[in-house]
Amino acid sequence: MIQPASPDLITVNVDGREIAVPKGTNVIEAARLAGVDVPHFCYHPKLTVVGNCRMCLVETGMPAVDPATKTPILDPATGKQKVNWGPRPAIGCATNAAPGLHVRTTTQMVKDCRQGVMEFLLINHPLDCPICDQAGECMLQEQATGYGRGYSRYIEPKNVKPKRTRLGPRVTLDDERCILCSRCIRFCNEVAKDDVLGFVDRGSYSTLTCYPGKQLENNYSLNTVDICPVGALTSTDFRFKMRVWFLKQTPSIDIESSVGANTLVWSREGVIHRITPRRNDQVNDTWMSDSGRLFYQRVRAPGRLAGIKIGDQSATLEAAIAAAGRLLQGGSVAVVGSGQSSVEEQYLTRQLADCTAAPAYLVGRSGVGDKLLISADRNPNVRGAVVTGLIKALPTAKLEELAIAIDAGQVKTIVSVGEDLIAAGLTPAQLAKVAVIYLGTQADWTSAAARVLLPSLTVFEKNGTFINQQFRLQKFSAAVPGPAGATDDLVLLAQLVAAAGGPSLASEPASLWTALAAEVPALSAISFRGIPETGLVLDGTPWAALAFAEGAGLHFRPAART
Amino acid sequence: MAEQRRLIFQHIDEPGYSNDLACYLRHGGYEVLRKVVAKPPAEVVDEVKKSGLRGRGGAGFPCGVKWTLLDRKSGKPIYLVVNADESEPGTFKDRYIIHQDPHQKLEGIMITCFANNVKQAYVYIRGEFPEGARILEAAIAEARAANFVGPNILGTPYSCEIYVHRGAGAYICGEETGLIESLEGKRPYPRIKPPYFPAVLGLYQCPTIVNNVETLCHVKHIAAMGGEAYAKIGTPNNTGTRIFCVSGQVKKPGYYEFEVGKLTLGQLLNEVCGGPLPGRTFKAVIPGGSSAKVLKFGERYKGKRKVGAEMVDFDWALEDVPLDFDSLALAGSMGGSGGVIVMDDSVSMVEALGNINAFYGHESCGQCTPCREGSAWMQRVTARMVHGQARKEDGALLKNIADQIAGRTICAFGEACAWPTQSFVAKFGAEFEAYAAKPAKSPAAIELV
Amino acid sequence: MNLKPETLAKIEEVIPHYPVKRSAALPLLHLVQEDQGYLSNEAIEWIAAKLELQPINILELVTFYPMFRQKPIGRRHIRVCRTLSCALSGAYATCAEFEKQFNTYRGEISPDGEVTIEFVECLASCGTAPVVMVDDQLHEKVDRAKACDLAVKIKAEAAKRK
Repeated sequence: MIQPASPDLITVNVDGREIAVPKGTNVIEAARLAGVDVPHFCYHPKLTVVGNCRMCLVETGMPAVDPATKTPILDPATGKQKVNWGPRPAIGCATNAAPGLHVRTTTQMVKDCRQGVMEFLLINHPLDCPICDQAGECMLQEQATGYGRGYSRYIEPKNVKPKRTRLGPRVTLDDERCILCSRCIRFCNEVAKDDVLGFVDRGSYSTLTCYPGKQLENNYSLNTVDICPVGALTSTDFRFKMRVWFLKQTPSIDIESSVGANTLVWSREGVIHRITPRRNDQVNDTWMSDSGRLFYQRVRAPGRLAGIKIGDQSATLEAAIAAAGRLLQGGSVAVVGSGQSSVEEQYLTRQLADCTAAPAYLVGRSGVGDKLLISADRNPNVRGAVVTGLIKALPTAKLEELAIAIDAGQVKTIVSVGEDLIAAGLTPAQLAKVAVIYLGTQADWTSAAARVLLPSLTVFEKNGTFINQQFRLQKFSAAVPGPAGATDDLVLLAQLVAAAGGPSLASEPASLWTALAAEVPALSAISFRGIPETGLVLDGTPWAALAFAEGAGLHFRPAART
Repeated sequence: MAEQRRLIFQHIDEPGYSNDLACYLRHGGYEVLRKVVAKPPAEVVDEVKKSGLRGRGGAGFPCGVKWTLLDRKSGKPIYLVVNADESEPGTFKDRYIIHQDPHQKLEGIMITCFANNVKQAYVYIRGEFPEGARILEAAIAEARAANFVGPNILGTPYSCEIYVHRGAGAYICGEETGLIESLEGKRPYPRIKPPYFPAVLGLYQCPTIVNNVETLCHVKHIAAMGGEAYAKIGTPNNTGTRIFCVSGQVKKPGYYEFEVGKLTLGQLLNEVCGGPLPGRTFKAVIPGGSSAKVLKFGERYKGKRKVGAEMVDFDWALEDVPLDFDSLALAGSMGGSGGVIVMDDSVSMVEALGNINAFYGHESCGQCTPCREGSAWMQRVTARMVHGQARKEDGALLKNIADQIAGRTICAFGEACAWPTQSFVAKFGAEFEAYAAKPAKSPAAIELV
Repeated sequence: MNLKPETLAKIEEVIPHYPVKRSAALPLLHLVQEDQGYLSNEAIEWIAAKLELQPINILELVTFYPMFRQKPIGRRHIRVCRTLSCALSGAYATCAEFEKQFNTYRGEISPDGEVTIEFVECLASCGTAPVVMVDDQLHEKVDRAKACDLAVKIKAEAAKRK
């Protein structure tokens, strides 16, 4: 047997292949590490194990030792240690690795088990594939194809259960498709802490439901749709909209709060159809809030800005930048950056503030943390502004300082990067006193009043990074192109810096990071391409004195203040 | 042939014997408990181990071993749960203990609790025994008043409380972890083992013993006569007495207590129970509750078995099979709960299986795929056959479905619902095939489905 | 929730029998059903609140166990065992006789409101098959004739009540 590299690892044998796994790893995960797929339905790495689907049955055995002397018993034919294989198969999800555990997944017994379970799951299952949203990402389809018998022997009547029930405001339930794996119930109890789902009746008539009058309406209800292995729980918003095999998946980050839940953006031909969580065991496991999934609606919102303007007139980008440059060179500039901007954008925003000798502000957004995946800081990237030096102190909700400065006549031009100044606390009167250069995506008070309007991109249309509450640097990627007429924020900011008389800077992330890594101590030795999929935790101690608002949540404990 | 030995059933149906404490005391009641609490608890465990007592609920697991597996080091309270959920079709013995001799059971419970440092016991009694629950509660109240139950038993520092908990009509609550889930107030879904062995993670995740009513009565007698003396009753590895419950098509159905292994199946059915009904011949018998595999009259069983230290040949007709756990296992069935159901030549085996499959389809809890879907499927196939739409291949299909269930489920219900189908089809396959030609209505044409 | 004082007293007595409140669910369901005749939504919600649970936790139990019912039944409850030993001894004929006597079908309340007849699974008295429970009382060896007698007796008791 191979000796494992580290004392916390033990060696197990999967289909003849030895592999070292951490102690306590279950057989499904151990097999995955060995490159072997053990099919399953009810097992989920982030929920308790129930072992009820029986699809992960495998053969297990332990090396044979003489009970008295503890010496290995050898097989005379091969000279290797004999393995005592169990007479019955065992479920992989509930079998934890022990030193010397042997697993077989390709024997006739295992094939029979899988065919049997598949057959049983399909006998009462409605033939809904042609109209079922889950098609293309359905565990039943995949495992029936991979491990099923391939034909039906069932000629009896199938169970009839309620179909297309509105289980809650965002979730539709089809009880005939349900395979009673209980993932949704376990999720609601264990993660969302909302004990609202349960099984009624008995045997094959068991049915998932809510108590009459109650609904599945917590802000994590759509995670049950994500984890439902079949089309029983589906998203009402997504119902019948698009076949999943047409959709491109792009990794992104939820901008709802500083949690920075990892997401997947699903789009086809430039249109986003849904957002789902992306697994990150250090940030959000496999979950995200329902509310965070709605942000893609701003991509095609009715008020989406797509026309460059100087005053009321359409203009070219060149002309608008030149006009803005003249304003910036006129002095008395203030810069309002955003906690929703990327680290790269905040770096350029700071360059702009520096080269125009402008004070820089950020607009705070706060709410009550839900102790799960929505933190009290509703900006995804305040820490980016802090790390890049754009701001020194945490932002307030209203721009009081800026308002005072305007009233004192100290401000002639404001550059706002995506923040509506009226919503941020300025009055229309104050706004009227200044010339605004506005980089934005949605029509609002500020865009209407802007002297130079430069439509920019949403997080779904550009590339960049955010730093979340854990000081974790995480990448997001462009899923769809922006509308014609909108320009990438980095391009706009770099051109504004140049027009203001500042240095010539890169306008795309990879090149920008050379400068970032060189100038910002916390970001030294990082390359954009080198940032891992699961993010990179930075050293946040230089900012430990700041009164960050977040409380405890999933995978987050606020650091003690120094 | 051996005579009945009424150890547990000594006072059942005895004229003048009533279920109150006064009567029990008149017959020497609670003297064993008095003896036991004066000695170290470990002694009782020793005696039970020496006795070789095997559980009488259906699994036949050695009681002493079960107690030894208890995690006594966890620091968590240890519970005793009495399985009074008697629901295995064909079984009707615990009913009489509960209704007619409850104090015998209570004394067995208290001895078991003392032996295992249990401070809290629950009697899980099936909901369909409402009178039994009332009788038990009254008996416990009497026993508590007389200091046999409750704080400081018989003046010792040992205290133990018992409460009665009524079930509500689910067979799966007879499965020990299903019972525990039911006691905890949840849907009675049996737990996966590992890791949830009751001896380690039982009731409220504390070490728990689950024992059948009759088993606990045997404990009292073992404590009285000593484990070695008990082990001399019955046959080696199948010690003591057990109550056989005979029902179905025999002249004298009823309960009979014999030393285990001291009589054969033939003796029980022909001599004790008077043989078949007039004009009929025996066709099949299920020897251990409906979950046990059926035995066909006319079969023979051959092989080698251990007698003492030697391997000895055996060659039995059905009538020759000794009624003990090991022999019935060698004959391809099991001793189970002791429920013996007899069928004669008037019965269609397809219809009988239809009746049994309807039971399992109804009682499946629905937690795991093979049992939930498979038991319902088998129920529907046999029902279709009985109602005149059988196909030639249905027998083979039934057996194949059953093969896909047994050994693949969370609990033994999988085997329980699969074994009847497997054995009926294997042994009476011709009847199943013949149903496709025309539904074979037997002359007596009794409705079973 | 309009429960009798004795029922409420028993409920308060039984809850502390268990270290975890949830265990009292089955005892409370029995007590409330005996008090009210069946378990209404109001009863389910009341029990859930009493045990600090969610209503779905109680509904899961009510629908799992056949002895709990969410609708009222006839004044008398006739339960006929249908499992193998009783069936072999004629349980289906026994049930049919009851249905005929009361002009009703299994699961319904008879036209005179007096009975509900049900099949149940093995009642653990197979040696005296066929067996029938009328309310809490077990009746043994109930063939067609005895079923007829029992029906007559039930009707007589009903008449006396009027």
